[in-house]
Amino acid sequence: MTALVSVDSISQSFGQVQVLDAVSLAIQPGSYTVLLGPSGSGKTTLLSILGGFLQPTQGRVLIKGEDCTAMAPARRPTATVFQDYALFPHMSVGSNVAFGLRMRGVAKRERLGKAQDMLRIVGLDQAFDKKPHQLSGGQRQRVALARALVVQPAVLLLDEPLGALDLKLRRQMQDELKAIQKRIGTAFVHVTHDQEEAMALADHIVVMNHGRIEDEGPAERVYARPATRFAATFMGESTIVPGRVEADGQVRTALGLFPASGQVPGTEVHVAIRPEHVRVGPAIPATVKDVVYQGSFKRVTATPTAAPDIQLLARLPAGEPVQEGAEISLRVDPGEIIFLKD
Amino acid sequence: MMARIVSTLYAAAIYAFIFLPVAVLVLFSFQGTLFPIPPFNGPSLRWYGAVLNDARLTDGLLNSVLVAVTSSALATLLGFLSAWGFARYYLPASAVLRGFITLPLTVSYLIIGMGLLIFFNWIGMPKSLTAAGIGHVVINLPLCFAIIYSQMGDHQANIERAARDLGAREWQVLTLVTAPMLWPALFASFFLSMTFSWDEFVISFLLTRFDTTLPVEIWNLLRAGLNPKTNAVGSLVFGVSILLAIVFELVAFRKRPR
Amino acid sequence: MSASGSGRTGWASVTPALLWTLVFFAVPFAAMAVASLFPQGRQGPSLANYTQFFANPSYWRALVNSLEVTVIVTVISILLAYPFAWILAFMVPERWQRLALMLAVLPFWTSYVVRSYSWLLVLAEKGALNSALVHLGLLSDPIQIANTRAATVIGFVHFFVMLLTLTIYANLKQLSPSYRKAAADLGASPLQAFIHVVLPLTLPGIMVGAFLTFVLAIGDYITPQILGGNNELLMPQLIMMQIGRRGDFAGASALSIILMAVVSIAYLLCARWLKIERA
Repeated sequence: MTALVSVDSISQSFGQVQVLDAVSLAIQPGSYTVLLGPSGSGKTTLLSILGGFLQPTQGRVLIKGEDCTAMAPARRPTATVFQDYALFPHMSVGSNVAFGLRMRGVAKRERLGKAQDMLRIVGLDQAFDKKPHQLSGGQRQRVALARALVVQPAVLLLDEPLGALDLKLRRQMQDELKAIQKRIGTAFVHVTHDQEEAMALADHIVVMNHGRIEDEGPAERVYARPATRFAATFMGESTIVPGRVEADGQVRTALGLFPASGQVPGTEVHVAIRPEHVRVGPAIPATVKDVVYQGSFKRVTATPTAAPDIQLLARLPAGEPVQEGAEISLRVDPGEIIFLKD
Repeated sequence: MMARIVSTLYAAAIYAFIFLPVAVLVLFSFQGTLFPIPPFNGPSLRWYGAVLNDARLTDGLLNSVLVAVTSSALATLLGFLSAWGFARYYLPASAVLRGFITLPLTVSYLIIGMGLLIFFNWIGMPKSLTAAGIGHVVINLPLCFAIIYSQMGDHQANIERAARDLGAREWQVLTLVTAPMLWPALFASFFLSMTFSWDEFVISFLLTRFDTTLPVEIWNLLRAGLNPKTNAVGSLVFGVSILLAIVFELVAFRKRPR
Repeated sequence: MSASGSGRTGWASVTPALLWTLVFFAVPFAAMAVASLFPQGRQGPSLANYTQFFANPSYWRALVNSLEVTVIVTVISILLAYPFAWILAFMVPERWQRLALMLAVLPFWTSYVVRSYSWLLVLAEKGALNSALVHLGLLSDPIQIANTRAATVIGFVHFFVMLLTLTIYANLKQLSPSYRKAAADLGASPLQAFIHVVLPLTLPGIMVGAFLTFVLAIGDYITPQILGGNNELLMPQLIMMQIGRRGDFAGASALSIILMAVVSIAYLLCARWLKIERA
């Protein structure tokens, strides 16, 4: 299907600083896309360009096939949920939500009715007459969402919407966001630096770094088989070890031999090993360097005897009796190692 | 774009309006002939000379400085002590008393001056620079109090506690610890009070007789009509004020320990 | 605020300022109030000064003049200052904003008396403005501006445009840019964004500036005296006249109290705007 939004080789510079470097992206209708990356990766800049608050130095933005690059935010079929929500403090919640409709010339009764409907969808039907300052952070976030959705944008842009919420509330809002998106069907583009949030919400994750897309795809694929070293280390933790692919279809590393199907024999490669694929077992003797108790598991850092310059990360069961300084023996699930392309 | 052009023109017009009287003032202070109106014959420094030779004006200047410095110092001191007292100690009816101290801010200088005129008349105190100075303290004390009080915070209270803990007596805490910590606020209060006092007319006019401040002397000059001497003294005052403002900028923005 | 230490030190600290305010502000004010009740040339207390004010049209007229002039000045100053503050806040590059503001404030470093005098120089019959207009051929004869209400208004507006620019600028700057972005995002044109979002949110700041303008202008003696001449008297001039020409402190006191009452009424009307509003 043709993409709803096409980002066509967008570059953005501020003076000498290049913030986005020829980024191209397609956003499908009805999808939940997450732009994931550390600060400075350009993800927020890309969102601003999509929303029309910034003109790209180069490249085009097409929405529903139309070139919207130079279009002002008011005319673009996008709506943005801002990081600080930007609810108009002098208007009631209902008036806030109805604002976009008012700008479109919708009659009073109709727009207030629609506002009330949208507030019901986000679970705030009692809040219509309240003022923003009377609501909690999570409630304000939902009002901002309702205000943006009620104008029926082609795509909804969310700029780190859950950043200001505490952990429990964040998880709850993630569920709600996903549910609302599915219910309403609008394409969402959500910017965050939190990879757990990204994995929880996205149909399509776009990992960004230094103004470029490092990797993109469904969450499971990006996590299980990250395309680049950056993606591998940003999306969850891993231990990275160098290795050499041998003629017999295995790769030799300091931690042992692993299957290397599809890899070219004779090449030098790097592999990433996820901590959850490192267990107690007879293969790799090591000394425990550090144990951090995390409630449902223990994050263990161990130094292999055969390769003392490697810090092997393991996620062991909470009940495993591990102590700093103790000797331990670990094994890696052979089929789960990740070959990195770079 | 259209908006840019209109905005630039508008801003330029407003700036022109703002600078117009001062430009005329300074220009005609260099007038060579007798009247500070077009045509301009000059430039000449004769009127500056006339100002510096006019004992009443130079006396007025010195009096203004005297009154400004002493009244500002007193206002800052009283403001500091009261702000500290209210901030560090629990005093009953604190809010009411604080409101009382800031009350003079809401009253026109004319009325404050009038009240003092009647009061001094009643108690037999003659018109003098002292009387005017007292009036200036009345108008500046609320300001000093408000500025310094707003800068009193809990972390300073802790530092004061540490000083007491190490054996300092109250007056030592105040002079060696609190005042230095609050230096920017004290400086701002003093400077702002100086500015208001230096330029103040009505109270000085009502409460002085023979020895008077510069604004009143300038006013007396005005009685004689348009005179380039007035331009000259006005431009001098302007120049001095700018210098002081520059000094303030440099001092205040260099010493801030943020 | 800590509740530590002996209260005595606290009281010792605040007493000087309290005493000063009491002796040199509250008591004189009371003295003035009392004096107003003992009209000149009469025995014993009476409300004659007050009744005379309401009965005598030239006195009453002064208050009306003051109110008219002050309202006109406030409105004109706001209308001129708001766009100027907007331009400074949003159209001037950030680096130059402080300089632009300081430049706007610079001319006000002249003494107030001198500044009013300067306007006299500009507006007088042979002054700069008339000379320029005649010279340019726009006028055949000089027009009378000085010693009229127009001159007083110009003198006031000159100062209050600067004051209001500062207060409105501060107001506009602390407005989160997200609000305008959100309004634009939801389809508002710049004008709609201004009317529905920016103006309501900056209105409290404007009201504070307007109130300040009102209070300062209505109590000002210098500008009307120098620029307005004696054809039309405003309240401060009337008050000073009682003292100067007639030595009538009682009368002057009564007029001052009336002026204060007017300001208090204005305050009560504006009170809801002057409360500190929650962000």
